[in-house]
Amino acid sequence: MAIDLSQFHQVFFEESFEGVGVMESGLLDMDPGAVDAEQINTIFRAAHSIKGGSGTFGFNDIAAFTHVLESLLDQMREGRRQPTSEVRTVLLRSVDVLRDMLKAASGGSSPDDESVKHLQQELEEILSNRERAAETEKSDTGPADPDTHELIGWHLVFCPLPNIMRTGNDPLRILRELASLGELDVRGDISQLPRFEHFNPEECHLSWDLRLHASVEQSRISEIFDWVEDECDLVILPIHAGDPAPLETTGQSLVPVAALPELSSVKAADPPVDRRAGNERRRTDRRTGERRTQGVVGSGSIRVDTRKIDNLMNMVGELIITQSMLSLLGENFKIEQVERLKDGLDEMARHTRELQESVMQIRMLPISFAFNRFPRLVHDLGAQLGKQVELKMTGESTELDKSVIEKIGDPLVHLVRNSLDHGIETPADRLEAGKPEVGRIELRACHKSGTIVIEVRDDGRGLDPELILGKAVEKGLVDAEAKLSHQQVYELVFQAGFSTAENVNDVSGRGVGMDVVRRNINELGGSIEIESVPGRGSAFIIRLPLTLAILDAQTVYVGEEVYIIPLLSIIESVQVKPDMINLVAGRAETYKLRNEYLPVIRLYEVFGVEGYKARALTEGILVIVEGEGRRCGILVDELIGQQQVVIKSLEANYERVEGVSGATILGNGLVALILDIPGVMRLANTSLEPRTLQWSA
Amino acid sequence: MANILAVDDSASMRQMVAFTLKGAGHRVIEASDGLEALDFAKSQGVNLVITDVNMPNMDGISLIRELRCLSAYRFTPLLMLTTESSPDKKRRGKAAGATGWIVKPFNPQQLLNTVTKVLG
Repeated sequence: MAIDLSQFHQVFFEESFEGVGVMESGLLDMDPGAVDAEQINTIFRAAHSIKGGSGTFGFNDIAAFTHVLESLLDQMREGRRQPTSEVRTVLLRSVDVLRDMLKAASGGSSPDDESVKHLQQELEEILSNRERAAETEKSDTGPADPDTHELIGWHLVFCPLPNIMRTGNDPLRILRELASLGELDVRGDISQLPRFEHFNPEECHLSWDLRLHASVEQSRISEIFDWVEDECDLVILPIHAGDPAPLETTGQSLVPVAALPELSSVKAADPPVDRRAGNERRRTDRRTGERRTQGVVGSGSIRVDTRKIDNLMNMVGELIITQSMLSLLGENFKIEQVERLKDGLDEMARHTRELQESVMQIRMLPISFAFNRFPRLVHDLGAQLGKQVELKMTGESTELDKSVIEKIGDPLVHLVRNSLDHGIETPADRLEAGKPEVGRIELRACHKSGTIVIEVRDDGRGLDPELILGKAVEKGLVDAEAKLSHQQVYELVFQAGFSTAENVNDVSGRGVGMDVVRRNINELGGSIEIESVPGRGSAFIIRLPLTLAILDAQTVYVGEEVYIIPLLSIIESVQVKPDMINLVAGRAETYKLRNEYLPVIRLYEVFGVEGYKARALTEGILVIVEGEGRRCGILVDELIGQQQVVIKSLEANYERVEGVSGATILGNGLVALILDIPGVMRLANTSLEPRTLQWSA
Repeated sequence: MANILAVDDSASMRQMVAFTLKGAGHRVIEASDGLEALDFAKSQGVNLVITDVNMPNMDGISLIRELRCLSAYRFTPLLMLTTESSPDKKRRGKAAGATGWIVKPFNPQQLLNTVTKVLG
């Protein structure tokens, strides 16, 4: 039977990555002084499962590596080795290597053999320190000395102990297996059978004298007796060509067993078991090889709580009931029934919305998937930088769309690294500043009015506005005379080409700056801002939409066109009061809103829409939006309404368009573009060259 | 066709065992630890149990010991899935009443061969 093992790979990888996570957090929680047995057991079990699975599914290098790792854990589990912090460090590194190997295997590339080999050696060295005893145990099973005579068969004396059947073993099965290797002569010995009144049917009192006429290796025979070797007396002797024929005289008590006549004539099953199994393995190997060359990376399966699926089924059930009710109504519709029709449609709308929420629930994962790596990162990095840091995480169970979780990881890592590297001071500096020696980094996640807020907070030295401003001036990012508020100064760190890291080190400042962080977050439809108090600490606050697939949006008219503005970026919409309009340098329009001068973008100019109505600002509506920390007013003809829209990718269906993040299909079947607010601002800034906008920043 | 109880805390191993055995026409009940398996075994007749050794809540060896105490399972084949080829682990399994073991890694064919062997 050919079974394609690759169908189990996805599940195997998922649970193995989980297992690696379990190992890692277990190791991090482990206090080298006082070790909890169950903790080690949990780590051991995770390693054990990975080893078992990887061997079975053909990832032999992973199996080999995990085997060594597991042996070490086993020693710890049995109390033969103290989990010193040195051992723990090696184990943590092994977890990394293991994760890399799994990643490589799931992505179809080959892992970094060198580091694997290196670490495996290191583990083996630790092991060999105390494993001398085990060596001697192994060397007792050498094969029988090679004989000049040709091996033609085996002579076996098999005397099961009375209790052999107590473990569910059956001597008949063993005879049957032997018979599958070649022609078998069976002689049963009934001499030990007790008298009938003492006979216990649950015990075995038979023994056998067997001659197997097949020149198989001894290992094949002992393999058959493997399970019962402690429950029988067994003699295995080779028979060579030219050996004297067996002496029949011993057979006084040996009578041929009539019950087993068919056994003696059974020939060896055509392809021996081992060879067939070998072929099988090779075949699957080749198949997985093909899969690998296709380079399937994270093909994207997801493990879902069955309750969520049940919930979904319920919703679909409700929807079908409503639908059948409506179609019944439609078959013979009278105008008096319009109320019932409306009720039915309302119900349908409600069920559809609930269904949508349930489907979105399926894509939701707790943010702990993104947070999990931080205890390790902070631990390692703190040690490396000589800083003492306590990491506190709250709201780990906050759920977030799977694709958002996957993409938010890197920006978060960057922010936490930054906090550790630039924010938290050295213990000495902290003491001097009157703060506790141990710094504190906080990761928080929570829901806030339909969005997810993630905060990275530290109680370090905070951002230094002077330093940032100096740097920005030096890099030509801002005019030396510019008068900027602290908040505006902080925004500068998100500018491309800005990095205050005084010396580029391993931790931060490797060319990936805060501008990339902001861009990544913007791509997710989110925003990031900074709060900072010099000397007291800083916070990076990220706001993200719940999901990437559906957007809460404001629909607006510009001429005949409908555009969609993400609700997340809208601050308010205002009717333009004529006396609030100002012209800067006689050209650029600004609108004064509560003491703030906002540049005005006329959307029809940016996108070249014809048939617009609002030629004068007062004829239209100004939608005040915010993007990348800057605000402006977007002039539209009319607000239509707020609704949820399904995001369709423009890049996938057409091509990337500057200022547009995607499209959606409206109720009337028309396509509407979703505005990318920062993109629109950039576009307005460049395309409207003659009336260059002056940003308030 | 037999009723087989497959016990493993690893979903992929369990799926692989179940898939292979179902393919050979057996009915397979899956359990993710010893306690769950024991409940299944008590509530329905099982002809063969294949269990992992290292599991949370109740490990495979304890499961085997518990099963052997039940009159319905005195002679039922109980197999351990083990990566540990150490004689000690096997001896402990045997002492608890295990029929035998399947050493991981194994492929579906090896599993089927062993199952066919013990089911006779």
